[in-house]
Amino acid sequence: MTEAMSALLHVDKISKRFGGFVALEGIDLEVKPGERLGLIGPNSSGKSTLVNCICGTLQNETGTVTFDGHVVDGLAAHQRTHRGLARSFQLPRPFHSMTLADNLRIPLLYTVRAREGMLHAHSDLGARCHELLDMVGLAKKAKQMPRDLTQVEMRKLELARAMAAEPKLLIADESMAGLSHSEIEDILALLAKLNERGITIILIEHIMSAVMSFSQRLAVLVSGRKVADGKPEDVVRDPEVVRAYLGQ
Amino acid sequence: MNGVKFFLIAIGIGLLILAFAHWLELDYFYFAGYTILQFIVLATAWNILGGYCGYVNFGSAAFFALGAYSSVFIHKTFPLPVPILMLIGAAVSGFVGFGMGYLTLRLRGAFFAIATLAMAVVLQTLVVNWDYVGGSRGAYIIRPETLDIAGFQINYIEYLFVLMLVLAVIALTTARTIERSQLGFGFATIRDDEMAAEASGVPTLRVKLIATTLSGAFMGMAGAPFPYYIGYLQPASAFGLEYAVNSIAMPMIGGTTSWIGPLVGSILLGSLQQIATVTISSAVNLLIVGLLLVAFVIIAPNGLVGLVQERLRARRKP
Repeated sequence: MTEAMSALLHVDKISKRFGGFVALEGIDLEVKPGERLGLIGPNSSGKSTLVNCICGTLQNETGTVTFDGHVVDGLAAHQRTHRGLARSFQLPRPFHSMTLADNLRIPLLYTVRAREGMLHAHSDLGARCHELLDMVGLAKKAKQMPRDLTQVEMRKLELARAMAAEPKLLIADESMAGLSHSEIEDILALLAKLNERGITIILIEHIMSAVMSFSQRLAVLVSGRKVADGKPEDVVRDPEVVRAYLGQ
Repeated sequence: MNGVKFFLIAIGIGLLILAFAHWLELDYFYFAGYTILQFIVLATAWNILGGYCGYVNFGSAAFFALGAYSSVFIHKTFPLPVPILMLIGAAVSGFVGFGMGYLTLRLRGAFFAIATLAMAVVLQTLVVNWDYVGGSRGAYIIRPETLDIAGFQINYIEYLFVLMLVLAVIALTTARTIERSQLGFGFATIRDDEMAAEASGVPTLRVKLIATTLSGAFMGMAGAPFPYYIGYLQPASAFGLEYAVNSIAMPMIGGTTSWIGPLVGSILLGSLQQIATVTISSAVNLLIVGLLLVAFVIIAPNGLVGLVQERLRARRKP
């Protein structure tokens, strides 16, 4: 069995430029089913561009992205979501005109139904929304609007919406930025719970304590190139990472 | 209330309006009523794309005119009954709506709005230079005084009024059904955040194309009987600014997030315009629209329906 076939996600030498600026250059990355991968790098290192290329928001210029045994290059973002690739956004992007429950109804209607061809009764959808909101501790606010939420609740809603798509791989893009220590613990516990349910997770984060405690493996991007990939304790001692990322 | 029940109630209300018109025995009621109903259809159609999806279309007059000129073309080539002309108008404008959507939906905000305006200018130029449908001189459509339906003689303007009433009922039922469907949720995600919509699995391009096609089709249907109503169709009237402006202003004054908004806005603004036309002059119609728009942007930016909803929400909170 080839690497691409055994890995859930296989990124093979992808590059992306914006005019003269090289955002990604020949990135290779592999994520195995059930793995918890931390992806770190200084600002403008290409982390979000990589996520956007993996998720289909941007199209990579060279290289290929293989997900769950299929090359997904050229597929639109929603088609990749249907295949089991979900993400949360760095800045929460809820559907402002909808209640929390309806925010979760969208991926259930458009992804789960499209994937499984199931005709969920509306009551089933409602129950599933409630279950997901309960998982992130927002069940009591199901009928409220996103504008009524605190920052941490907004992040939890973002994760719950990604989870509603029943993904195989969840990419959490800076889900803990701007949160207090206890709130970070909350989000980490939630991510760990999701991982225990068999969901592979890529955690993109600047908060090193969170990344170190969560990740089984760490990849480091610097100026659009991957400079390290391995066990977290080895990676943080890598001289190139120390020099480029930690500024020493 | 399910869609069928709503449709039946809407038909019931339509029959009541018709009975009232019969009792009134006033031709002017049919003329004025037709215009208001036409604006209900136009505003509802605009709202499918502009209100539900958040894509502002400045080219409503072009879709309306396409429907009208399709009728002129058919009338001169192979005359057909008006209901069939309405279906043809829907097909033509729906097709153009689909094409416009495909070409412009990668544009957003002001860029999309400008593209729709440009399309209207291009289509008007084509019509002005197309002699077969009258060109810049315009085309006369002599409508019969009466129409014979199964032995009953019916006044032609009443016939047009009934057709527009039926179309308004269909447009409102369609808008309300969409609002409560999976498609309606998809429209709302596009209005709120397109990137998040894609990430949630919504095929945004396809959903937007459905919106442009449906919106264009209803506008074309509203335009198809227009040559028979007005008798003389020229590009300046079919592509008139009042159609583009009213199609936007009516939903905005009524409220854009629900089917009720365009209905309320059209009745309010349409009636005011009709009153102004007979008491002052039709020249003040656009002034009324402008003043009301300014007032609503300040007092009720979410329209009348939004204002009522906010009041109700505030009352519910302890």
